[in-house]
Amino acid sequence: MKRHTHILLGHGSGGRLTHELIKSLFLKHFRQADEHFLTDSALLDPGKGQIAFTTDSFVVDPLFFPGGDIGKLAVAGTVNDLAVSGARPLFLSAAFVIEEGLSIDMLETVVQSMAREAANAGVRIVAGDTKVVERGKADKLFITTSGIGQILPGAGNIARAAEVMPGDLILINGSIGDHGMAVMAARNQLSIGTDVVSDCACLHQLTELAVAHGGLHFMRDATRGGLAAVLAELCENRPFGIDLFEEKIPVSDGVRGMCELLGFDPLHVANEGKVVMVVSREKAPGLMDMLRQHPLGGQAAIIGTITENHPAKVWLHTAVGGTRLIDLPAGEQLPRIC
Amino acid sequence: MKYIDEYRRREHVLALADLIRRESRKPLRIMEVCGGHTMALRRFGLHSLLPDHIELISGPGCPVCVTSRQFIDQAIALSRQPEIILTTYGDLNRVPGSSSSLEQEKARGGDIRIVYSILDALTIAAQNPEKQVVFLGIGFETTSPATAAGILKAQMAGLFNFSVLSAHKIMPPAMAALIDQGVNLHGYIGPGHVSTITGSKIYDFIPQKYGLGVVISGFEPTDLMQSVYMLVRQRETHRPAVEIQYNRVVTREGNLKAQQLLEEVFELRDDWWRGLGVLPQSGMAIRTRYADFDAGKRFSVEIEPTREDKGCLCGEVLKGLKKPTDCKLFGKACTPSDPVGACMVSSEGTCAAYFKYVTIQ
Repeated sequence: MKRHTHILLGHGSGGRLTHELIKSLFLKHFRQADEHFLTDSALLDPGKGQIAFTTDSFVVDPLFFPGGDIGKLAVAGTVNDLAVSGARPLFLSAAFVIEEGLSIDMLETVVQSMAREAANAGVRIVAGDTKVVERGKADKLFITTSGIGQILPGAGNIARAAEVMPGDLILINGSIGDHGMAVMAARNQLSIGTDVVSDCACLHQLTELAVAHGGLHFMRDATRGGLAAVLAELCENRPFGIDLFEEKIPVSDGVRGMCELLGFDPLHVANEGKVVMVVSREKAPGLMDMLRQHPLGGQAAIIGTITENHPAKVWLHTAVGGTRLIDLPAGEQLPRIC
Repeated sequence: MKYIDEYRRREHVLALADLIRRESRKPLRIMEVCGGHTMALRRFGLHSLLPDHIELISGPGCPVCVTSRQFIDQAIALSRQPEIILTTYGDLNRVPGSSSSLEQEKARGGDIRIVYSILDALTIAAQNPEKQVVFLGIGFETTSPATAAGILKAQMAGLFNFSVLSAHKIMPPAMAALIDQGVNLHGYIGPGHVSTITGSKIYDFIPQKYGLGVVISGFEPTDLMQSVYMLVRQRETHRPAVEIQYNRVVTREGNLKAQQLLEEVFELRDDWWRGLGVLPQSGMAIRTRYADFDAGKRFSVEIEPTREDKGCLCGEVLKGLKKPTDCKLFGKACTPSDPVGACMVSSEGTCAAYFKYVTIQ
């Protein structure tokens, strides 16, 4: 059969071309048995215990950027959503919305990247879907991944932040803003020479260590909206507030430089491999030392405390000695005029 | 980070704060007229380091904020022309016009593209010879030299499908108008980037005519704290003057080449400022000899009647007569994600800065 070099509308028709695409590309790389993949539902036996289930769609321009691509992002993003809920990720589904005309080589590179990331993470991609839309109706490729994971023993309250209390400390596993600035720099419109690389990574091994360490009261990955959004949401309408210490927050020089140039606040810039943890005061130093031994936690730092002094508000103690309020970012950050 | 960290040392900022506390006796109302200063003051939490009798007021220095709604309506009308690709800095995208915004027009199919410099707009013009590319030129002397250079470059390259809709303005008339209109001030933190181009001499009339000081400031925490301290000294010694704190960049004469560029392409005209009304000789019109690149002259479009929002205090906020929190719309009907007034739209707008960085005393 003729091997196509570009996606055609027919690849999304559900007919022969669709099957060809699934077999020659998705099944090949996801290493699934045909009958398992082509049924309407994956029948899984997760074993005993609580289940976490999540889904997320991934849209990024450009598809490939320093440190990752949309495929790696689509796996890591959903794995991380499960991981920060205190779950061990087990299974993923992957749905593709493909624009007519996308090069199949490019799609294959993305799929290979997904397969590699899933294999490294120890999760299986067990279900999927493919749609092709007319040229101009989508931006090259959209991927939706859903995931199922098993809640780790004793981690059931982590996503709800039910045990967070004044005196707890706030940790992050490394520098902020790398993903958002790497993607921004990779966009054609912005020809800025920078060595910033996305932090896109699966965090579940790190989060499992943290759960096992004990004293963990809350976790969330700081994606869109950045660190500011995670913390503002954490204490919104809650009886506690947050004191955040700017000088403790790791930010690379490359990210700082780009943010200065564009007028962005690193606290609001997206990450794809950063998890914010709230930990009991006595367990925090040990956890930080442990995170620092892990490849994804080398720059782990204690960046703030939970306080009862200003409920529902995040105060940033600025590096120069002032204070200001941190709120949810409003809309997309846009470069300043002057 | 070189050239940044040196100006963000905590011990220097706190030492300046201490100096200000020790030497400042008299009430001091200072206006920063540059949006970049407004954001820097908030971002670093510098208000929280000053004594209560020193009041920092945000002025009309955000180019988006002072741009008239009529200009937005005109830009919207242009964007509705099928042959036009409208290019703009991002901040302008969400500014409400009388019945729409560029963001809404883009969603409805208007070809509106956010650019990071006028050079991007020129590239778009070169790539789309069958289209007319219009660039929305806004801002003070910080951005207008680039617009002037863009027009000259378009002429040299023969890009006659490129033009600029100019809302460029100059700062001194607004600074004078504020005092004339009764805003109670003791001094200005002068706009550093503008002064890089213009030099400090353009503010000489302020101490001479009005008895107010001007300190032209950089944008880092130590710059701003030092500028406040310099204004404290002027106030305590009764010696208002034009001083340059930002002397690593700003000179008395300014950038003569950029000034020549502005003189070549632009001429002054009376212009409308949000909150201040029409100020004589405050706007920059494209000279007749470059009329081919003046979108206002090239395209005759029907512009809807301009409507202002009731209850929006942007004008009063821009004059420093009201605080953003005095506005009934602030944080309720008017937020950065759904702005009513221009002060909330721009990331450098006073209301946006308040919304984002309200200082905790």
